[in-house]
Amino acid sequence: MSPKEERNVVLETRHIAKQFPKVLANDDISITLYEGEILSLLGENGAGKSTLMNVLYGLYKPTSGKILLHGEEVEFSSPRDAISKGLGMVHQHFMLVDTLTVTENIILGAEPGRGGVIDYKKAREQVVAIAKKYGLRVDPDETIENLSVGLQQRVEILKALYRNAKILILDEPTAVLTPQEVDELFEVVKTLRNSGVSVIIITHKLEEVMEISDRCYILRRGRQEGERLTRGATKAELANLMVGRDVVLTVAKTPHTVAKDPIMQLEHVTVLNEKKVQALKDCSLDIHPGEIVGIAGVDGNGQSELAEVIMGLIPVESGRIMHEGEDVAKLSTRQRIFKNISYVPADRQEFGLVLPMTIAENIAIGYHEKMPYCRGLSLDYSYINRHAEELVASFDIRTSSALAPAGTLSGGNQQKVILAREFSREPTFLLVSQPTRGLDVGAIEYIHSQILAMRDRNVGILLISMELEEIFALADRIMVMYEGKIVKELDPEKTDEKEVGLYMTGGNA
Amino acid sequence: MIDMILASQIFNVDLLAASIRLSTPIAIAAIGATICERSGVVNIAMEGIMIVGAFFALWFSALTGSPWIGLFAGLVFGGLYSLIHAWATVTLHLDHTVSGAVLNILALGITRYMMVLAYGHPGTSDSIPVTLANYRFAVPLLSDIPILGPSLFNQTPIVYIMFLLVIFFTWFMKKTKVGLHIKASGEHPYALETIGVSVYKIRYLGVIISGLLGGVAGAYLSIENQSTFTEGMTNGRGFIAMAAMISGGWTPIGAFLAALFFGFAEAFQLRLQISGAVSIPGEFFTIIPYVATLAAVAGLVRKSKAPKADGKDFIIEKED
Ligand SMILES: Nc1ncnc2c1ncn2[C@@H]1O[C@H](COP(=O)(O)OP(=O)(O)OP(=O)(O)O)[C@@H](O)[C@H]1O
Ligand SMILES: [Mg+2]
Repeated sequence: MSPKEERNVVLETRHIAKQFPKVLANDDISITLYEGEILSLLGENGAGKSTLMNVLYGLYKPTSGKILLHGEEVEFSSPRDAISKGLGMVHQHFMLVDTLTVTENIILGAEPGRGGVIDYKKAREQVVAIAKKYGLRVDPDETIENLSVGLQQRVEILKALYRNAKILILDEPTAVLTPQEVDELFEVVKTLRNSGVSVIIITHKLEEVMEISDRCYILRRGRQEGERLTRGATKAELANLMVGRDVVLTVAKTPHTVAKDPIMQLEHVTVLNEKKVQALKDCSLDIHPGEIVGIAGVDGNGQSELAEVIMGLIPVESGRIMHEGEDVAKLSTRQRIFKNISYVPADRQEFGLVLPMTIAENIAIGYHEKMPYCRGLSLDYSYINRHAEELVASFDIRTSSALAPAGTLSGGNQQKVILAREFSREPTFLLVSQPTRGLDVGAIEYIHSQILAMRDRNVGILLISMELEEIFALADRIMVMYEGKIVKELDPEKTDEKEVGLYMTGGNA
Repeated sequence: MIDMILASQIFNVDLLAASIRLSTPIAIAAIGATICERSGVVNIAMEGIMIVGAFFALWFSALTGSPWIGLFAGLVFGGLYSLIHAWATVTLHLDHTVSGAVLNILALGITRYMMVLAYGHPGTSDSIPVTLANYRFAVPLLSDIPILGPSLFNQTPIVYIMFLLVIFFTWFMKKTKVGLHIKASGEHPYALETIGVSVYKIRYLGVIISGLLGGVAGAYLSIENQSTFTEGMTNGRGFIAMAAMISGGWTPIGAFLAALFFGFAEAFQLRLQISGAVSIPGEFFTIIPYVATLAAVAGLVRKSKAPKADGKDFIIEKED
């Protein structure tokens, strides 16, 4: 690769290894970052990408290996050292204090002012100035919890820029963003690059890699699997390097007959959110056995309320929820689950799993006081564990055993545990929300094929997803949600992402 | 029935002054606990810290003849004792509640042992000739304000210290860098660590502040309010302080106001009991402040929100 010689190396790792008590997360990683380039880092869930970045950022100490900055060996004993050398990092999980303001979050740890007292006036001026300089508009006095994820991310980037970052690490910045926000982010990243900042970006989305970066490294199971210039590389090639086998990027969907009587019907459902504002407005929807109805929309347009009201987690204000012709709107969540309604929640760690409990317990939970999970008053652990082992095998959950705590699994495998639990209960109606958020291509392929298999077994499926690609890959019918209403029904065969995107943002083509 | 004369015996200027006196140790401990929990460490050890502070304040007063040195000793030993809590919770990653519970019990053991060592018997110490109550002074002008003046500004030293602490820590949390770090440490410690501020250090600081203040709160009991140390003399005030911290919404000023309310409930029941206005056994009156505590916590707690990472262990490289 010829450009290597001509450009300045800003950052280099030599044979970095990082051993955690149970896993070797990084094994002999040597990467180079050139001045003013955008480098991406690709790899499956658990490949060790975040670990490597945290090592660079001084949060973890490498077990062995060296870090060189402008050719000089450095040793960071804490992020403070890394920051002082011009590194900035936007972490995979935001590092913002919800209850503090934008300004407070940005200046935290580097507050202007004399003798321990913060000069808030100056701080605010500095924040406004830097936001203006990079065109990152945000209200400096707003509290973080009132900001959208996209704006929160802006604050994270401003935090790094405020500290004069010359090397910016972005760990999965796009996972939680809407397509528009992704575009905005990439604009910002390009501006930064042009002003001399070198950027390392982690993402699971191959088209993003192609769009934004000049070069990429691929990690697999802690090892460096290869390096490619993005110009000239193909998605299939990158996916193959990541997973170590050929990956079908879009799972084949075969036509399937749909039963006439709906399994689930929403009739004029209206729901209020915590602030007593209508979050769902007069929604009507029906889902038939054997079809996947995809809800497309920008996050925060009533999708979470839709899922919660169907599962009975929030009450209906008015309207009916008919399951097999019976109104279930007054039933508890438990009673609905026992009517073979299954739910894969969007936040797998908060609502889908009890992280410290074992995989086996997580699979039994909800049904644990029913035969055959229990005997009399006690749980039948021998059955629970045996049953879980079977599912671990059939759902290809990568773990040391079914008795490992769910929290020790990678994101993709956590999601598989939830799928294993819900799908094995033979639901007649399945509500799936954001099933592949943050997952790698291999895991996505698997989960998509499982969802399609459920459809082919005549389950009625409602799929909520912010990813248009996912909607197009799976849905038989597309419903677009905007401001709590279903504004349009579209046939995936006869529409495209552009048209759906237009309805999602309130336009009407 | 309470007639007019009795009512005027209960509700008078003295009632306010007494409320403030009774709320002083609670308020000081509550402010300490507030700072500690804002940094992310749950501290149910205030009771134990106070009793340790109370003993050493008295003992050093007795040894040196100066209650000021006693006060300083209360401060220092409270701080030192709390270091155990910081070490256990922050460095060793032990459960905060367990460590706090152990420290409360250990404090009873330590003070009994020290009593025997210093006085040859458990129970109550000899009384010291000069206490901080001897240094009562009226603030010129302010103490002339009708009704409020005499009760607020004709007080003993630690009461004034309490007022200053309320003002200082309110300012400290709102305006200083360290105050901001403490808030971040209790809400999202990783956010703090990743911008280069050590969460360990901030949490140690939070715990030590609670220890210093707990020591002063204890000193108030033994060398200002009384002139002796008695085992168990804190009598649950450390826990009432926790209630005040919670009802006060984890702010210094809120903690003070809540403590004032409990102090008032206590002063009120004492007066009611002495007046003999209502002829039921005294024990029932004694319950009043505790019921008030319960009601206040039950009523206010739902509205007040604990720091998000309060009591959550902070660790960068997990063992799992
Ligand atoms: N703090 C930690 N302590 C112990 N093990 C860890 C820690 N952080 C990560 N690991 C383990 O190290 C491995 C690599 O994790 P890492 O977070 O770097 O993966 P990743 O490539 O960023 O994955 P993802 O795409 O899901 O974010 C995983 O097996 C993970 O369980
Ligand atoms: Mg990661």
